[in-house]
Amino acid sequence: MLDADFFRRWMTVAAASVDREADRLTALDAAIGDADHGSNLQRGFRAVTAALEKEATDTPGAVLTLAGRQLISTVGGAAGPLYGTLLRRSGKALGDAAEVGTPQLAEALRAGVDGVMALGGAAPGDKTMLDALIPAVDALADGFAAARAAAEAGAVATVPLQARKGRASYLGERSIGHQDPGATSSALLIAALEEAASGAEGSR
Amino acid sequence: MRMLINVPETVVADALRGMAAAYPDLTVDVENRVIVRRDAPVAGQVGLVSGGGSGHEPLHGGFVGPGMLSAACPGEVFTSPVPDQMARAAAAVDSGAGVLFIVKNYTGDVLNFDMAAELAEDEGVQVAKVLVNDDVAVTDSLYTAGRRGTGGTLFVEKIAGAAAAEGRTLERVESIARQVNENSRSFGVALSACTTPAKGSPTFDLPDGELELGIGIHGEPGRERRPMMTSGEIADFAVNAILEDMPPSSPVLVLVNGMGATPLLELFGFNAEVQRVLRERGVAVARTLVGNYVTSLDMAGTSVTLCQVDEELLRLWDAPVRTPALRWGM
Repeated sequence: MLDADFFRRWMTVAAASVDREADRLTALDAAIGDADHGSNLQRGFRAVTAALEKEATDTPGAVLTLAGRQLISTVGGAAGPLYGTLLRRSGKALGDAAEVGTPQLAEALRAGVDGVMALGGAAPGDKTMLDALIPAVDALADGFAAARAAAEAGAVATVPLQARKGRASYLGERSIGHQDPGATSSALLIAALEEAASGAEGSR
Repeated sequence: MRMLINVPETVVADALRGMAAAYPDLTVDVENRVIVRRDAPVAGQVGLVSGGGSGHEPLHGGFVGPGMLSAACPGEVFTSPVPDQMARAAAAVDSGAGVLFIVKNYTGDVLNFDMAAELAEDEGVQVAKVLVNDDVAVTDSLYTAGRRGTGGTLFVEKIAGAAAAEGRTLERVESIARQVNENSRSFGVALSACTTPAKGSPTFDLPDGELELGIGIHGEPGRERRPMMTSGEIADFAVNAILEDMPPSSPVLVLVNGMGATPLLELFGFNAEVQRVLRERGVAVARTLVGNYVTSLDMAGTSVTLCQVDEELLRLWDAPVRTPALRWGM
């Protein structure tokens, strides 16, 4: 079972990997966007870890809801509302449970992804974060490693796609041949989930 | 790349402190990133709130003041502001007559202003929104995020601001803003990429001897790259792209806008070419504005915006305005 500690660890690991990969995310964004994805997410996830240290969060749902609210209030751009909605909706879907299982997490993330789709209006194949998130949520039933592999494959699979949403869409066909920065950061978020889980196994 | 900054992390806050020092007519909340005209809220007047990523100065903060915006919310460089900023601005400028959000059509701006409108309405502020999407370079808007908001934003903010200053209702100010947007079209050209402080190197490679047609204002590459053209050839291309999309049936306001690194000497020369093309195409010019108004950091290049006006819109354009960047009649 996954408790609030696990979700806090997920957010901490995610913040660390965003820190580590910020330059790469910004470089991907420079190719087809506006060169700020890494620094924006870095600012947001730093605020998330700071808030989690300051405010008590007793349940998995509370951790994700707080994290989502922080992202909305600090990231800006499209990524702020979209990632914020992903985590906030997922957190709300988890309710007040003190511990949740992987199936409940998958269900909650699916609610989060639905929220992202409703807000951003994108569909699978539009070269967005959804192209990593949807395969990851589909694969979560097979474990965190499978979800991570699916997310990373989904991010790489955005390379030949033409962007239809977000700033990269203005490039038309010229967006083809570049990996989507949003799908890449989504893959980082799912990879952090696996790292948080393996850390848990190692420490217990 | 050498920049006149301390560290990239503080460029926006540093600029806001400098604006505060330069313009005592503005209340600048550096921490919460809201620029408000000092006398807000103005009794009986609709409040106008705009905002967007930083890096387009003087847009939007330089357009705050009597006759134009009531407040502006600057985000990080090229990143839309967060909802908390616009909700705070709305609360600061609402006199009870309601608040109009002027939003450039970018995914991030739209999402954050939508969330801000919900927050403000929860606080009892009546909010209306108008989207600016004047960029004709985005052709297949069905398959993209839609046309971008660029130079037309200046016309929307000035004319809607004049309507608000006359005490028109929120509904009326909104419909005037919408009309100005529908009557406006822009086309932009880059002679160089721009450099964001966070990245420190140009956002795209533009080899010597080439230019980028159909750019936006965020250092994103345009739709097409060509061998360098003369000022006259660029004017032909840009104005024709606009007229193809909107053949004007009334006189136009002309904005010849610099992207940040192109000298006024070149912009005035380019304006002469723009006026020639308009004359050749039989388009009457009511007013012309030349300068750096909707910029893209240190990008070299220009954009042309045309806005069709009837007598009423022209009267509102001519109405007094007192902001850091636009100032006449008062």
